[in-house]
Amino acid sequence: MSKVYLVLQDNDVSRYILEAVEEDNPEITIIHNPAMIRIEAENYMVVNRETVEEKLGRDWDVQELHLNLVTLGGNVDEDDERLTLTWNE
Amino acid sequence: MAAKKLNMKEKYRLLTRDLDWEFSYADRKKAFPFEEFEGIKITDWSKWEDPFRLTMDSYWKYQAEKEKKLYAIFDAFSQNNAHLNVSDPRYINAIKIFLTGITPLEYQAYQGFAHTGRQFGGVGARVACQMQSLDELRHVQTQVHAMSHYNKFFDGFKEWTHMQDRVWYLSVAKSFFNDARSGGPFEFLVAIGFSFEYVLTNLVFVPFMSGAAYNGDMATVTFGFSAQSDEARHMTLGLEVIKFLLEQHEDNVPIVQKWIDKWFWRGSRLLSVVAMMMDYMLPNKVMSWKEGWEVYFEEAGGALFKDLARYGIRMPKYAEQIRKEKEHISHQTWWTFYTYGQAAGFHTWIPTDEELDWLSEKYPNTFDKYYRPRWEYAKKLEAEGKRFYNGTLPQLCTTCQIPLLFTEMDDPTLTAHRCSHYKGDQYHFCSDGCKDVFEEEPEKYVQSWLPVHQIYQGNCGGPGLPEILQDYYRFEMGADNMDMKGSPDEARWKQWKGVA
Repeated sequence: MSKVYLVLQDNDVSRYILEAVEEDNPEITIIHNPAMIRIEAENYMVVNRETVEEKLGRDWDVQELHLNLVTLGGNVDEDDERLTLTWNE
Repeated sequence: MAAKKLNMKEKYRLLTRDLDWEFSYADRKKAFPFEEFEGIKITDWSKWEDPFRLTMDSYWKYQAEKEKKLYAIFDAFSQNNAHLNVSDPRYINAIKIFLTGITPLEYQAYQGFAHTGRQFGGVGARVACQMQSLDELRHVQTQVHAMSHYNKFFDGFKEWTHMQDRVWYLSVAKSFFNDARSGGPFEFLVAIGFSFEYVLTNLVFVPFMSGAAYNGDMATVTFGFSAQSDEARHMTLGLEVIKFLLEQHEDNVPIVQKWIDKWFWRGSRLLSVVAMMMDYMLPNKVMSWKEGWEVYFEEAGGALFKDLARYGIRMPKYAEQIRKEKEHISHQTWWTFYTYGQAAGFHTWIPTDEELDWLSEKYPNTFDKYYRPRWEYAKKLEAEGKRFYNGTLPQLCTTCQIPLLFTEMDDPTLTAHRCSHYKGDQYHFCSDGCKDVFEEEPEKYVQSWLPVHQIYQGNCGGPGLPEILQDYYRFEMGADNMDMKGSPDEARWKQWKGVA
């Protein structure tokens, strides 16, 4: 198993994105470092537009993720509905 | 009737597929003259796809938002004299290395991607390189703007463009990018887009920037994370490049593997300065270099190479050597800068007792055995009024241009030194990795502009070291260089803080 990861700036919007990621990915590890939040999962992680919108209470474009993103690891696939990170074993 | 709104995939397809043309009367090979000489075989450029499917309109929209956020913070930082909020004035010296050593690399990356993007026959690759090129230029600008505030209050910033082409340790970073840019376009992408961006820049922009935040440097952490959000896109580009090249033709596999071996080694050598910044120059500690390395190199890189194994790609050649080095390189590098503190454009110092204890705790296998005794000895000399400065110039490695400061990893008391002969001359190296890189392309590296050789050949003024530092490097002697103790930076800080 390999870890995919997403690192977000520690700010208000990211807290809601984190809530959405927690809801849609049952097995994640969250690490808080100064100014940043690191989210890890085994092999797969998804950020769904719909869940983030529900948490934020407003429209949210998946590409907006870039405004709060610090770094990520894994093969990326992004469309209007979601961003996924995967490692192939 | 309202026009149908295109989704992201359709928009990207229209951008990248309908923005190209056939060469009906001109020779395609003349339009893309660098596409074949490296031996890379591309059978179908249309297989290239940006997984973020970023189109130019979205690119400008989100980059503009990032900039607005960033400059609002710079304004607040400056208006509130936030340089007074950093943990310790020693910290500012890490930022001096950033501006003089790293920011010029962003400019080289901008130039490199602008050139490389032009050379690819596929429009998806060209667009991705164009965006990255613009990003890199943005990074130069935001870094210069952020640090211009520090330049008003601290020494060591003002001559960064002049220093870049001359100063001995800055040639390490400069020559790294010159090496990549003077390769072909595919080697450049593997070197910078993949090896450097995917694994190595994370260490600069994630744990180090988190450390900047923890040391109260709001401006740096903000430009750092803003830059790294672009890097997340660059990393993804780098990974797509590798997968694309490997899927296009099996003959590409050994060529790509050779570049990965070379550039992971070159990159890990380059990062020895970041190792020292993490372990010695952040007064408030977040994590050690070794811990950062384990997360972002070993774990992230390990996952990456497991993923790439299906193409026949293995771990970089010197991975085992690199694994051992994480215990040593930050200590060996800071010791070298400390002992050459008169020739460094920033201040150096002996770690405090608490910092020595932290290093002992973080490096239980090596610090007390090999490195702590040196600092105890340096403290004794300093107390006797004999702060040690090394007066001779070091032997440089012909490939990485770093002084021969690293040891054999199996015997950390023995300096590593390798030699190679080419056309009747002898060349010196810090490691097997650098020696192998040289022997692969000796005609390239015999042309290296090695700062110590240049000084001895009389090309840097002189005759003595003080004239070279003052006139050729434009160091303000006693202000830009030497120990933190007794520096004008320290005196001003004490005055601002009202301490004796």
